[in-house]
Amino acid sequence: MKLDSRIPSGPIEQAWDKSRFDMKLVNPANKRKFSVIVVGSGLAGGSAAASLGELGYNVKCFCFQDSPRRAHSIAAQGGINAAKNYQNDGDSIYRLFYDTVKGGDFRAREYNVYRLAQNSVNIIDQCVAQGVPFAREYGGALANRSFGGAQVSRTFYARGQTGQQLLLGAYQALEAQVDAGSVKMYTRTEMLDLVIINGKARGIVTRNLVTGQIESHAADAVILATGGYGNVFYLSTNAKGSNCTAIWRAHKRGAAFANPCFTQIHPTCIPVSGDYQSKLTLMSESLRNDGRIWVPLKGGDKRAPSQIPENERDYYLERRYPSFGNLVPRDVASRAAKAVCDEGRGVGETGLGVYLDFADSINRLGRSAIEERYGNLFEMYNRITGEDPYTAPMRIYPAIHYTMGGLWVDYQLMSTIPGMFVLGEANFSDHGANRLGASALMQGLSDGYFVIPYTLGNYLASNKLEKVDTSAPEFAAVTKEVNDLVAQMLSIKGKRTVSSYHRELGKIMWDNCGMGRNAAGLSNAITQIQGLRHEFWNNVNVPGSGEDLNQQLENAGRVADFLELGELMCRDALHRNESCGGHFREEYQTEEGEAMRDDENFQYAAAWEYAGQDTEPILNKEPLAFDYVHPAQRSYK
Amino acid sequence: MKPASMNLTLHVWRQANAAAPGRMERYDAPNVSEDMSFLEMLDVVNEQLISDGKEPIAFEHDCREGICGSCGFMVNGVAHGPQKGTTICQLHMRHFKDGEELFLEPWRATAFPVLKDLVVDRAAFDRIIAAGGYVSVRTGSAPDGNAISVPKEAADIAMDAAACIGCGACVAACPNAAAALFTGAKISHLGTLPQGQAERSRRALRMVEQLSLEQFGSCTNIGECVAACPKQIPLEMIARMNRDHLKAAWTSRGEHRSGGE
Repeated sequence: MKLDSRIPSGPIEQAWDKSRFDMKLVNPANKRKFSVIVVGSGLAGGSAAASLGELGYNVKCFCFQDSPRRAHSIAAQGGINAAKNYQNDGDSIYRLFYDTVKGGDFRAREYNVYRLAQNSVNIIDQCVAQGVPFAREYGGALANRSFGGAQVSRTFYARGQTGQQLLLGAYQALEAQVDAGSVKMYTRTEMLDLVIINGKARGIVTRNLVTGQIESHAADAVILATGGYGNVFYLSTNAKGSNCTAIWRAHKRGAAFANPCFTQIHPTCIPVSGDYQSKLTLMSESLRNDGRIWVPLKGGDKRAPSQIPENERDYYLERRYPSFGNLVPRDVASRAAKAVCDEGRGVGETGLGVYLDFADSINRLGRSAIEERYGNLFEMYNRITGEDPYTAPMRIYPAIHYTMGGLWVDYQLMSTIPGMFVLGEANFSDHGANRLGASALMQGLSDGYFVIPYTLGNYLASNKLEKVDTSAPEFAAVTKEVNDLVAQMLSIKGKRTVSSYHRELGKIMWDNCGMGRNAAGLSNAITQIQGLRHEFWNNVNVPGSGEDLNQQLENAGRVADFLELGELMCRDALHRNESCGGHFREEYQTEEGEAMRDDENFQYAAAWEYAGQDTEPILNKEPLAFDYVHPAQRSYK
Repeated sequence: MKPASMNLTLHVWRQANAAAPGRMERYDAPNVSEDMSFLEMLDVVNEQLISDGKEPIAFEHDCREGICGSCGFMVNGVAHGPQKGTTICQLHMRHFKDGEELFLEPWRATAFPVLKDLVVDRAAFDRIIAAGGYVSVRTGSAPDGNAISVPKEAADIAMDAAACIGCGACVAACPNAAAALFTGAKISHLGTLPQGQAERSRRALRMVEQLSLEQFGSCTNIGECVAACPKQIPLEMIARMNRDHLKAAWTSRGEHRSGGE
């Protein structure tokens, strides 16, 4: 497989302008002759479908939820970064670019990140014009806050519901195009496979989740914006429906999957309370601005937190990282929490938790100041745990939150399958090995509003695409495979439920491919996953039929794909003999327990190529160049 | 301290599809931990049903954080159950007592046909938004974000309204099955901001017209919607909608007047 990243030449500051000029255009009158499929309706998919509809393309947009407004982008709390420098505090496009490359631990593509930083300023303008109710100063100007340890205030926000408001902006723009007739929306419809004709992506096969109908859709290009795959761990902050099916089945049709093991573990989530637990809830990172993290000094200390005197507490982040303290980046904070719990010093019923204590801040600033800043989060914590964080410290623990890996794309966001583009969290391109806070929303909207409208036109204008409709034999062949797969899952009628397999897979992944990874554990995990997958296909019980609304069947297909992706993630983690960002290999750490990168041998994106069922995948490497931000060890001491 | 556990009896609306008749069925929910969410309790019941060779209960859910708006059904006649300002996915079992009997039913409204069990079709909400719940602004044509200042008070009112998650509890709670709170929230959100002024009249006219096309009932200002709303959208939003609609109906010479001016 040849990886052509199509990075433009010349200075990075002019690269995007230059490539936009070099791209071919589709004549306005011809746009309506082209049809485009967009799978996913979150920030990336929704904004892409709306913008392409506006340009005059014939767009079909698909989501598995009952409405495009439900996409999981909606759950993002904190904010969206933009290099507006409205605060006059030294921000710039270059600084946002620099921070993102460094934060990604030098495993992202510089040219993509620079473009992302450039587009960030246009995103804010666009969203404001749509009526996104960003927080404002009394004078009427946009308000900002600092986020995730950044040294400038560049984060725009709408209370604790920034993702919701940005998504509603994109959703409303999308519905306006539905009303105008340029976008046709297919809700409760799940993509189950990709159709390739003469080497180009020309359509998809879907299942109508209400009637069970398997349907074919043809187009001139296919855009996947289906989000991340964090649910491979079963427990994560992702929505229950978030899945890898669209990208995984495209991978099996020839799209390379890059850096699958790069997952982000968020340090501040509400701990697991029992084995019925269905998902984990994030408590915004902003809490670390005023909360102090600690555990008892001695293991097995079962006293209530208020009974533990100051000198018997260990504020371990402040102790280990005196200059950043509680504000160290996500990967560092998560690993430190795991370390103290591994020592037997974790708190709560399960021992897998640390305290996030607001007592000092409440004493210093008063309860009302804390209430104003975090009232809704404290309420949410109380609703879930039944405990009052104003009088007792919160208990938090790291949880899977985001996946930096995804389908490999070139600078124009096209995958290794010509005509198939991948946007947002579903691609791998911008965050390297670790994503900074408030950057996911930025990337989704940058890809959808400001990149794909240009690069898609370039593809359509520079390729000769023969007329294709769903009567082509390739559609029939893929439809048969999809039907067979559905029938097979329904026919096993074994003894175990779908979610019991999902939970078991999640535990294997969390134990071996989570916060700390090592070669022995990963090799073992690969064997365990293969065994579990084999059992799944012989003993799963999917009740009901394929001809109506069947949530168990939907889930079975997704879990079957996670059972394959999980193995690839472990293989990727096993091959990467270094620690970087969210990927921490226990064998590669400094004496002080910090991550040790190996730039000489691993400064590349690992793009895995599917080689067939139960066959080892093929590793392709895209070397990464750092001509602007020079690789250095990250230090937060 | 181990969390307390309880035994509950559920009566759940079961309906195979939109055309089939439905009925209430009784299920036991034993050993429910007080730390479970309501949907986790149903997960456990469903796992048991599957193991017993029965069809699990279909219910809608996604984020389970109270923000996506997917979930929602009636618990003992109350939309999203007994806790104020809380979606069913965020409702935890510590609010129930051992031995309680719970009746679970889907949203009931002509505009929300039942698809299966507790799952209803809320596509009418999307069509209401498509009728005018947006600001038309081409991608790339926006002025600088700070070019138009928005008074903080206006931004706050807009945000209060925009917090709506589109779950449909307001419709389910309303004796008339009206969608005035949902529609009023969007009209207020955009109508309060300077960016939403150009289309303000057209928006109010078209969205309100769509309400009747979808067969939602008329609003008679009862306020059950506000009591049921998990995001506590205030009744004021309906008043704002009525003002915008009245003014638009009085002054508009737009596409809406049939028969010409």
